[in-house]
Amino acid sequence: MTRASLVFAALLAVLFPLSLLAGRVWIAPADFGPGNTLLILAELRLPRAVLAVVIGAGLGAGGAAMQGYLRNPLADPGLFGIAPMAALGAVGSFWLAPLLPPAFATWSLPVMALGGAALGMAGLALIAGRTASDGAEGAGGGIALFTLAGLMLASLAGALTALAITLAPNPFALSEIVMWLNGALTDRSWREVWIAAPLTLAGIGVLALAARSLDALTLGEAAARSLGVEPRRLLALLVIGIGLTVGAGVAVAGIIGFVGLVVPHLVRPLTDRLPSSLILPSALAGACLVLAADSIVRVLPLVTELRLGIALSLIGAPFFGWLLLMMRRGRL
Amino acid sequence: MTLAAENLSVTRGGRVVVENLTAALAPGRITAIVGPNGAGKSSLLLALAGLLEPSGGGVSLDGSPLTALTPRARGQAIGYLPQSPDIAWDVSMESLVALGRLPWRDRGTPAIEAALAALDLEALRTRPVSRLSGGERARVLLARVLAGEPRWILADEPLAALDLAHQLGLIAHLKACAAAGQGVVVVLHDLALAMNHADHVLVLHDGRLAAEGPPAHALAEERIARVWGISANWLGEPGRRGLVTHG
Repeated sequence: MTRASLVFAALLAVLFPLSLLAGRVWIAPADFGPGNTLLILAELRLPRAVLAVVIGAGLGAGGAAMQGYLRNPLADPGLFGIAPMAALGAVGSFWLAPLLPPAFATWSLPVMALGGAALGMAGLALIAGRTASDGAEGAGGGIALFTLAGLMLASLAGALTALAITLAPNPFALSEIVMWLNGALTDRSWREVWIAAPLTLAGIGVLALAARSLDALTLGEAAARSLGVEPRRLLALLVIGIGLTVGAGVAVAGIIGFVGLVVPHLVRPLTDRLPSSLILPSALAGACLVLAADSIVRVLPLVTELRLGIALSLIGAPFFGWLLLMMRRGRL
Repeated sequence: MTLAAENLSVTRGGRVVVENLTAALAPGRITAIVGPNGAGKSSLLLALAGLLEPSGGGVSLDGSPLTALTPRARGQAIGYLPQSPDIAWDVSMESLVALGRLPWRDRGTPAIEAALAALDLEALRTRPVSRLSGGERARVLLARVLAGEPRWILADEPLAALDLAHQLGLIAHLKACAAAGQGVVVVLHDLALAMNHADHVLVLHDGRLAAEGPPAHALAEERIARVWGISANWLGEPGRRGLVTHG
């Protein structure tokens, strides 16, 4: 385990129990025992904390991989258009759920969100199959075209989501959609954990397989290929890895932005800056960030809980601005 | 051990940039590829490295087609040094050199140490690449290729951004590689460097091979006049020649 991984693993080990204690009802460690306390811990706080860790880890690892692939410290896994596609699928489920038998209706949201993510991945793979050629120009043009394809998917999904909102069947559905789009971990249960955890873990595993190829890209695409990197294989690993981590996160928690952008920057100074040395520590740091942010929104003295997605954007957007300034001064 | 192009044609962006070129390159010597801008030098080098798919003909290594090798095996055999690459992350110099081991999937510590020693870089191990001077950077990039212990080193204008002293220093390193039996192919702009330091020269003109042979033959004054469209004379002793242009 590298130094960065140890630092963030240790931080997570401290944050995790703290987050179980924090909330509207503070639980002192002395209060552990049968009854309501145990119920709150086992059925509310523990799944929520585990889910924060899972989603944060997926977004962090996805961000590190995306920045490595695009060779750009301002990249975010959301750029691939997979998150908006997953969100579109989820929004579709708000329309479809009333038409389904109740047994299916509860599953329609995560299933349709994952379907949206899969559709986004398929779209990207189709475009990528044409652009990530193994020719010298193909590799360079491939990454640029691929980013644009992701943006195209993101705008299309955004427009369709906006359409779904304006045509919402009733005010209740409208508010549900809008609330859900600003991601949150409120009232999540073990069911969401069982959906997201295996997919996210698999996604991080796939991204780890791409790690050394991402290192080679440090030297540019032609040099990377001369070192044995296969552009199509790398692209496939990226699309599948990001699809699984981001898709699973959106399917259970809605859109949570900026984690993938911010986290690799927190990790990089502790590593030798190669993408492969960032993926695992970024997963751990992402877990810390989402867990901490979710604990904070829980204890803020507001009438309704601040949505996690909004809170992270409030932190993330100024951070992005700061990154831009640093980049302009050539310090990034 | 021969790297050979046979009836090689390369098309980029709908334009034929290398046309029906046949040449056999031998290891253990420095082969320079020269020609005016747009003659197809870099494209030829990419095709020889197996990084650009030929539109006709092919490239073979030891008699078998390059396309028959896996990307990894090709990476082990041929090291490619692009022209002044942009390094995406501010990694330490040693991490950058270690990337040369990627095709082998090992730590390759002895090879990395040997490359660092050959290019006199041992004192700079932990220095971030953003804080290297131009000359140091060129040596580090070459060390990255050497760390992969390739049988062939293909370098695209490795001397372009260097001052004279660093040019001569880097050439000395390339000569040492050739003396050790590696094949060295460099794209060069400076005809005097090619004349004085290459063992073999390919002259490209509009994607075709205009001449091939020892420098004194390939870079004869009348050929320079024909290919570059300038009138020029070689002065000085063999091995220390200078090119003087007129008008």
